[in-house]
Parts: sequence; structure tokens; C-alpha cells
Amino acid sequence: MQVSRKYTKWIAFIILVIVSLYIVFPIAVVVMNSFKSRLFISNEPFALPNETTFVGLTNYTQGLAKTGFFSAFGYSLWITIASVFFILLCTSMLAWYITRVRGIATSIIYYLLTFSMIVPFQMVMFTMSKFANMLGIDNPVGIIILYVGFGCGMATFMFSGFIKSIPLALEEAAMIDGANPVKTFFLIVLPMLKSTAITIAILETMWVWNDYLMPYLTIGTEYRTIPVAIQYLRGGYGSVDMGAMMAMLFLAMLPVIIFYLACQKYIIKGVLAGAVKG
Amino acid sequence: MKKALTVILIAALALTSPIFAGGVKEEGPAEVYYLNFKPEIAEVYTNEVIPAFEEATGIPLKVVTAASNQYEPTLRSEITKSEPPVIFQVNGPVGLQTWKDYAAPLEDTSFYGMLSDKSMALSADGHVLAIPYTVEGYGIIYNDAIMRAYFALPDKAVSISSAEEINSFETLKAVVEDMTKHKDELGIQGVFASTSMAPGSDWRWQTHLFNVPLWAEFRDRSGDSSTALAAATEATEFEFRYNENFRKLWDLYLDNSVSAKGLLGGKNDADSMAEFALGQAAMVQNGNWGASQILGVPGNTVADSDIKFLPLYMDLDGEEGQGICVGTENYLCINKNASAEAQANAIAFLEWLFSSDEGKNLVTNRLGFITPFNTFTEDEQPTDPLARQVTEWMANTSVKSVPWTFAGIPSEQWKSDFGSALLEYINGNMEWAEAAEIARSSWAREAQLAGR
Amino acid sequence: MEKSIRRYFALFALPGLICFFISFVIPFIWGLVLSFCSFTTITDVTFTGLDNYIKAFTIDNYFTNAFVFTLLFTIVSVILINVIAFAFALLLTRNIPGTNAFRTIIFMPNLIGGIVLGWIWNVIINGILAAFQMNIMSDTKFGFWGLVILMLWQNAGYMMVIYIAAIQNIPQDELEAAAIDGANGWITLTRIIIPSVMPSITICLFLTLTNCFKLYDQNLALTAGNPNHGTEMLAMNIFNTFYSRVGFEGVGQAKAVIFTIVVALIALLQLAVTRKKEEAL
Repeated sequence: MQVSRKYTKWIAFIILVIVSLYIVFPIAVVVMNSFKSRLFISNEPFALPNETTFVGLTNYTQGLAKTGFFSAFGYSLWITIASVFFILLCTSMLAWYITRVRGIATSIIYYLLTFSMIVPFQMVMFTMSKFANMLGIDNPVGIIILYVGFGCGMATFMFSGFIKSIPLALEEAAMIDGANPVKTFFLIVLPMLKSTAITIAILETMWVWNDYLMPYLTIGTEYRTIPVAIQYLRGGYGSVDMGAMMAMLFLAMLPVIIFYLACQKYIIKGVLAGAVKG
Repeated sequence: MKKALTVILIAALALTSPIFAGGVKEEGPAEVYYLNFKPEIAEVYTNEVIPAFEEATGIPLKVVTAASNQYEPTLRSEITKSEPPVIFQVNGPVGLQTWKDYAAPLEDTSFYGMLSDKSMALSADGHVLAIPYTVEGYGIIYNDAIMRAYFALPDKAVSISSAEEINSFETLKAVVEDMTKHKDELGIQGVFASTSMAPGSDWRWQTHLFNVPLWAEFRDRSGDSSTALAAATEATEFEFRYNENFRKLWDLYLDNSVSAKGLLGGKNDADSMAEFALGQAAMVQNGNWGASQILGVPGNTVADSDIKFLPLYMDLDGEEGQGICVGTENYLCINKNASAEAQANAIAFLEWLFSSDEGKNLVTNRLGFITPFNTFTEDEQPTDPLARQVTEWMANTSVKSVPWTFAGIPSEQWKSDFGSALLEYINGNMEWAEAAEIARSSWAREAQLAGR
Repeated sequence: MEKSIRRYFALFALPGLICFFISFVIPFIWGLVLSFCSFTTITDVTFTGLDNYIKAFTIDNYFTNAFVFTLLFTIVSVILINVIAFAFALLLTRNIPGTNAFRTIIFMPNLIGGIVLGWIWNVIINGILAAFQMNIMSDTKFGFWGLVILMLWQNAGYMMVIYIAAIQNIPQDELEAAAIDGANGWITLTRIIIPSVMPSITICLFLTLTNCFKLYDQNLALTAGNPNHGTEMLAMNIFNTFYSRVGFEGVGQAKAVIFTIVVALIALLQLAVTRKKEEAL
């Protein structure tokens, strides 16, 4: 019995090693090919670079120039940080308001928000991008409004789920002490929302950073975020510079992987909480 | 922790916000927004044309380039925006039909005055609305060094002795098939570069190769080569009379290719051009716009003087007198909904580009357009080998160029349908008759949808 | 207290609500209306009744094909992802050396965006097929299984994390009791582990279901629907109807409404199942 336990443990270990290799392998292939000439990528991606195929950093310099990667990175970073910040701010207030103020109006809003979580983007993409243009918010600043609006559903849902569990007594005590609702919210309620806020921040960051369609449709012709810039590498008349593509894929993954390794505890916890509550 | 996070957040916000400082519009001359169709020269506009023009005139110029095969959708979404493109492009009479409500009359402009052959401009409702800015030609590009090596072989199976003597499908086929037999001696992997069928890369076949049978059918139906395009543009049905001819050349491409059929779906046109440039293939079907894709490939082995054109022979009657395909699908329109100032500035830009010395220099040497304007002299034509070949073929009086008739295809959807059918044929999932039938039925449906 | 908060509507609720109306409520209603209209620009609209809905199915069979493809893909992926993720979770709750490292690695692909993922697998799959002189465009089955493998790669880690948390929540004494009773691995799994993680299974099933059903980015970067629309999923078919054909915006919108209804039905089903579970407990 004891022996077979040990045995299965080793088998499990080996399986997991193989699985991990399977996970890492595609990323390794991308890194390796990013140093190969574009002509040798599509047919023999698993061959190591050699004298004829090695091109040094050419793919990186070309890719950076073709995609405008640094500005794409800047747009992605700005849009993600600003959107997540405003999503947290607006929805925590909104969630508190609709949970504490009972009425037909607030429950309609609540159901609308919940409903918006299940509606696929395709339903509104056309009218939304037109509307955004009419309002003049089809730029890297205005798109924040769109993200707040579209991220509203899940964030408000999760915040209000948590707020419902906070005892009213604390807030009432503060109000009796003479604090107005603004003070009460920012000094009493908001600090209590911290863990939910982290969860939401992680989920929304993953969504906004990786989102393709919304930035493509609203601001894509002029301001490209990373996913849009990468898709634009499928350039003129369907030609793709696979070398530049590999280099850019690696550069696109790098910050995500670093971010993940640095805060994986929060990320896994956040994703878990998000899945269970959503 | 919280404080640190706040600091990082604010720092990041502060760091990224200067990006948008450039977006703030200053008061000044109205901006010229040009929605460019040609991605291969997008960088020339950004890096050279814009600075030169702004320096010369002080008028701000913005050039946005649509992604591959996305010109129509991009234009459709851009033109309804609050700051729409001032200069946009239509691909011919069919395209103009869609966009004529946005196109300003151009007959009184200096830009129209520059056009050498006024009949090349497109008109609708009694106004000149679109003006071509480049003439292009395509055919089978071949590497004469490889061809010479082949004709020097002692055991070649053909009697002719140079590629210039190929003047029919029969000879072409004999030469190509014999070359395939000798491909190791010639140091090539296949006679033809890969028939690229990757998404968005099938335009060389569903539009360009298809042009020849399309032209032949409407030449017959309308009685003359010069009326073929007009007839195609109005046609409610398409018979595909010459589908077997198309297939002959198509099969020749596929059976004598660098790549196995199964790999073609992943090949894009840049791959094929690279194969040609590296000397892996002796022939590739493409046009003079592809020059930069040969000369620009690192490790290019083809000498400029060895790059030449052959017409697309597919066993049509009288094809000895057939030249390469010459025409244009690049017509410029001015958006009449743009402000009067922006429209005037747009004309000023086009005039500067196509008549000032600085502009003409850029057009000839960097953009590589063979222009139809009288402001360009004989020696102010592009010097790349393919453009020179196009001018030579056009000047050759013993052959007649095949006009671009594909502008009469009823919709982009037709091209996509036929392209898909061609890929299914390659993959062995579709018989040729079926693919040809798709060309017919899709034409009928799309023509009806287009209101013909 | 409620009254005093109510007075602060403009501060607390308005910013979020304005954004919500701009990006969701108004476009949604507008889209619903437009699905019954014919239009090329949104200012030039004529009412055409159910015409668009009929056209969605009759103009070509790509929409119906996309429906079938999406359904097949979703069923296969959901089953594979969950079975494999569950198996990983079982392995990783057995005190195997390096558990944390494995968990970190296996979860990682979930953070990489769909476009990037699609291109990575495009290269890998084409590389493998090249050995057989083929390509992902050679046959729709390559695109289909490519998408399945891609989704597995991306989602298995995510679902695994959920299952691990659930398995770790099973009271240790129940498992020990089973071991003392002499239950073998299979019985422990089917009688104790699976019943106690049932709520997580429901969550994971529906998460993967909606993820797979609404897939777009990965589809676009991997095959872009080729060959011959054979790997076109619903979301992509809708996008293409909107943006690749002149005059078909109304049909695209009608398809989007149908898509929304189907997704909403899945969500309702999920709600019903979860409710039933909660009642049973």
C-alpha cells in the first residue's frame, strides 16, 4: 500500500511535469522564433535558429517600428489603469447607492446591470461605436467612459453582493455622529470594500488589457492598443511578417507574465472569488 | 502598501497622459485627412510625404491606412464620423456607385486638368467624381537568370531558346513542366512561387488572374475589348465561359509550385515574393507594386535586369497578341461633406504631390507610381525594374494590353466567395465544376443585391 | 439614513449610470430597433419588419453553419476542459512536490489575451501540420481541433484553480473516514469528492460554456473563419455580416439579437440549475 502510494505520487509528478512543458512550450517556440528570419518560421517553427536563420534583433526593431509598440503599450497601460480606477470608483458608489436606497428605480437599475453582464458585445458593438463617435468620445480618454459603462454590470453586482453583507449599524453610527453620506462612504464603507475591490480590479484589468474588439472598433484606426497593433501586423493584402509577429507576441506577453509572477497570489484569489460570485 | 499603490497609480496616470497632449487640435488651416488604400507604402507617407508637405505648405496632413482587405469597411465607418476623410479612394465604377453621394465634382479642379487622358476619370450623374493616380500592370514575373540557365540545358524538351519567345499557354506549359523535371539542376524548389491562399492573400487569383477570363467573356459579349469593363459593370449574370482556361493556368501554378498544395492556405503573398527573391522559384504572378517585395527582401538574389514580365497565357484564341494586364483600381475622390477649406487643401495636396518637383520626386522614387498625369515627363517614371517593364509592355505595339475588368465584379463578397471556392478546390474538397458554379451563382446574387 | 443618501444621487449613482447608459442601455435599445430596419448609415433608416431576421438564415448558410460549428465546439471544449481541469486538481491536491509551481504554470495562459494566444497556436499548429505538407487552412477539422486545444490550454488552469479550492474545502475527516472504511480511490471520488464539489462543477460548466460560445478573438487570430467560412463561429459571423458587406448592417444586428437571446437562455438555465441546487442543499 505504502509503496504503491509513493509510486502514484511519482507518476502524478511526471504527468504534471509534462503538462507544464506543454504549457511553456508554445511560449518557448515564440521566443525562439523571434530570433529567426521571417522566411523560416511558418514551415519549420520547431527548428532552433542556426547560422542562416538567425537574425538577431531584426524582428524586434522591425516589429517595434511596424506596430508602434511603445505607443500601443502606452495606450494599453493608460486605458487599463484609468478604466479600472474609474470602474472601481463609480461602481462602488453606485453599488452602495442602489443597495442602501431601496425603491423601484434602484431595483430596475440593479436588474439592468445584471442583465448587461450576459449580453454579448456583438449586440451593441455597432450602435455603441457609432454613438461613441457622435458623442466625440472615440479617443483614448473617452473610451474610459465606455469601459466604465460596460464593466459596470459585473463590478456593481459584486460590490452590492458584498455591501449587503455589511451590517448597517456602522454606517448608522457614523451618520448619527454627524458624518454626511460622502464622509460615511469614503471613510467607513470604502475601506471595508478593499478585498472585493482587489478582486474586481484584477478581473477588470485582465479584461481591459486583453480586449480587442472595443478598442478596434472605437479608436482602432488612430490609436492602437497592444492586441489591435498585433492584429494589424496582418498587414497589406493579407501578408504577415511572421518574424515581427513573433517578436511582438513575446513583448506583449512579457509584461503580463511578469505581472502575474509578481502578484499571482492576488490574481488567483481574485479570479477564484470572481468565478464563485459571478 | 496602499500608499505605495496610490503613488504608482498616480505616477502611471501622469506618465501616460502626455501621449494625448498631441491630440489637442490647434487652430490653423483645415487638416487634410487621406484614407490610404496601399499598406505597402504606408510608411512612406508617414515618414516622408507628411513632413515634406507640411514643411512646404503648412497645411496639416493626416494619412490613415486601412488594414488589409478592410478599406471598404474602414471607409464606411470613417466617413460617418465627425471628422471624416477628405481624400478617399474608390476601386472603379462599382466602388463609385457606392460612394458617389460623398464625392465632390472635380471637373473644375487643377488636379483634373493634370490628367493626360481625360477618359480615364470616372463620372456619374454628369460630373467627374474620381481620378486615377497610378497605372499598374501585372502578369507572370520571371527571373531571367533561371530561365537562361534552363534554356542552356542540353536536354531541354522545347525548341525555343529564350523566355521572350513564350507567347502562348502551350509553350508556357511545355517550358514550365520541363523546368519542373529539371528543378534540381536549376537550383529551384518549384517553377512558380507558392499560390498564396492565406486569409486576405488570395486577391492575386480571385481578382487578378480571374481578370483574364472575365475580360475575355465581356469582350465577346459586348463586341470589343474597350467596352468589356462597362459591360461587366452592368452584367446581372456571368457565364464563366472561359472557366476551363482559368483552370488550365491555375492548375499549372499549383502543379509546378514551390509548396505542396496542403501548405498553400498558410502562404501569404509576401512569402511568395520572398521565394522569388531568394531564387527558390523562377516565376510568380504579381504586378509592379511588388517590386519592393523583391528588392527589399534580405538575401535577394535576383538582379534588377533579370526581372521581367510574361502575359497571363491561358489558351485563349489569339493570345499571341495579348499583353500584360494594365489598368488601375486606384481612383481618388474628394469628400464633398468635408469643409470647403479642407476640400481646397486636399486639392492643394494632390497638386503638390503630383506636380511640384519635391512631390514628383517622392511619387517616382518612393511611392513608385506610374502616373497618368501630364506633369510627369518620360524620365520621371519609377526606375524599379517592374515599373520599367510595365512601361515597355505598354509601349510594345505588337501586343494589346488586357484592360483591368475586375472593377466590374459586383461586390467584395463575390471575391471572397470565389476565393474560398478556389481554396476548397486546392484542398480537394470541391470539384472544379462546383467552384465555377459558385462564381456564377454568387455573381447573380451579388449583382441583384447591388441593384443591377 | 436612506433619505440622506438619496439626496446624493448625482454624486454616487450618476457617474456610473451615465457611462452605463452611453455604452450599454442606449446602444442596446437602438440595436434592437435597428434589427427591424434596413440602413447603411444610422441616420438613413427604413423599417422593414422581420426582413433582416429572415435574411439572416436565407441569404447564405454561413450563419446556420456557424451555429452548428459553435455548438459542436462548445460541447467538445466544455467537456474536455472540465474533465482535464478536474484531473489536474485531483493531482495537485495530493501533496506532490512542487504543487505551487505547477499551479502557477498551469494557470498562466489564462492571463494571455485571445489575439496573442490565437497567433501563438497558429504558428504551432502550422508547424506540426507542415510536417505532413498541410496547413490549418487545409481542412476545417484542423481549425476546429486547433481551437479546442487552444481553449484547453487557456482555460484548463483557470477551472483547475476553482476545483482545487473546492477539493481543499472538503472536510478532511470525511476522507479519512472513507479511507478507514476501506473505500478505494474510485469510490472516494464518486461518492465523496464529486458530490461535495458539485457547486463548483456547475460554476465551471457555465463559465466555460459562455466563454466558448462567445469566443471571438482566438477565432480571429487562429483561422479568421477559414477555409470557406468553415471555422467561423457565431460572433465572427456577426462581425463579418456587419462590417464586410455593404447594406447588411441590419442583418448583422438581427443575428446579434438572436445570439443575445441564445446567450440569455443559457444564463437563465444556469440560474435555474443553481437555484435548484441551493434548494436541494
